[in-house]
Amino acid sequence: MDLTLNIWRQKDAKSKGRFVTYQLKNISQNCSFLEMLDILNEQLIMQNQEPVAFDHDCREGICGMCSLYINGRPHGPDDAVTTCQLHMRKFKDGDTIVVEPWRARPFPVIKDLLVDRTAFDKIIQDGGYISVNTGAAAEANNILVSKTSAELSMDAAACIGCGACVAACKNASAMLFVSAKVSNLALLPQGKIEAKSRVQKMVSKMDELGFGNCTNTYACEAECPKLISRSNIARLNREFFCAKIA
Amino acid sequence: MNSSFLKFSSITKKIWMAFLGLFLMLFLLVHLGINLCLLRDDGGKWFNDASHFMGTNYLVKIFEIILFGGFFLHVFLGIVLQVKNWMARPVRYKVNSKSTTPFLSKYMIYTGVIVLIFIGIHLMNFFFIKIGWVESPVDMLEGGEPDFYTAAEWLFTQPLYSIVYILLIIVLGFHLNHAFQAAFQTLGLEHKKYTPAIKIAGTLYSIFIPFGFILIPIYFLFI
Repeated sequence: MDLTLNIWRQKDAKSKGRFVTYQLKNISQNCSFLEMLDILNEQLIMQNQEPVAFDHDCREGICGMCSLYINGRPHGPDDAVTTCQLHMRKFKDGDTIVVEPWRARPFPVIKDLLVDRTAFDKIIQDGGYISVNTGAAAEANNILVSKTSAELSMDAAACIGCGACVAACKNASAMLFVSAKVSNLALLPQGKIEAKSRVQKMVSKMDELGFGNCTNTYACEAECPKLISRSNIARLNREFFCAKIA
Repeated sequence: MNSSFLKFSSITKKIWMAFLGLFLMLFLLVHLGINLCLLRDDGGKWFNDASHFMGTNYLVKIFEIILFGGFFLHVFLGIVLQVKNWMARPVRYKVNSKSTTPFLSKYMIYTGVIVLIFIGIHLMNFFFIKIGWVESPVDMLEGGEPDFYTAAEWLFTQPLYSIVYILLIIVLGFHLNHAFQAAFQTLGLEHKKYTPAIKIAGTLYSIFIPFGFILIPIYFLFI
């Protein structure tokens, strides 16, 4: 298939960026989106041009490194997949594809399509953990966990921190990410001990970093490659409210 | 409002907005109940009696202060949150979002501003007359009280005013449609067992309230 790519190019964090148009020919529909960008980069290198910088790592949909806002949707036109799992069969021959980096004040562009998502790490560092000494794994049945709680916690733990929720939200809110991390721990006995201080510290850090506020449009849920539910946002609100009044 | 108030967390502000929003929705039911008195064929006796009660009862006067305070806090918090939302994405996307979202949820600030303008007009036409800031367009009742029935009749028999009123009330319905279920989500009240019922209740409420208010100009224009 032949494609026209309209890609955001930006030399570095301080430079002003712009969209550059590239033509690609004979792209297999079995290519992944990132493989298609690899082909483009090989073409650019052959022409002594700067290749397009973009994030990627595992290319198996589990690391959360790949990003890209493709034709108005984070991770592109397929549902519940990361960009590395998006295949060119989702596009048509002759399509124009607009590729943009995540846009949010706390995610500044480093270069081209690369954004700095350290903001998520900072939120985690402010409480997204349990304070226990490391050592041998404890006997699994020492602390009983109900099946419902275990399943809800595991669902929340599926969040890979890719930032698609922030990219999709019209307010660049990180509520789905923070709520998944808060829920993951608050639902388990091990996480309940620090639950009150955790939720307050993580929300405070989220606000401080400049993310927007949730206005319940649920674009985050619609675009999450790991199908994190909006129920987690309600749980975050509940946890926060209870922590404040307790 | 001092700066320490602005430093409250985003969720605290949103929880206040949700509580106040639900409170204002309860008030709308009371307001509609009184307005529907206009439809009685009694020359406005019930409506003017209700207006007199609302204007003179001490409990209502206390409630009025809470209502205005709550309304202005709801508006203020909405603006503060929206400004931060705009600041959170200084560079916009080239391609508009194609994510699947409830249509009305994306326009809450705009429907909210329209409702605010509507309430300003509404206060000019009724509340400011009651407190003496604006002169009544019609003769006063015996005893010097405003004749709100005749004032309402005078306004709603003007087609332009009635059409604008109906359009603004429809926008209020759009605002309420998303606000109702969003308030419960913000308060953490979300569960697969009762959330569908909340959504249905919100939809019915956002149809019932505008329908009730729109009946009044239609009554005066055509009946």
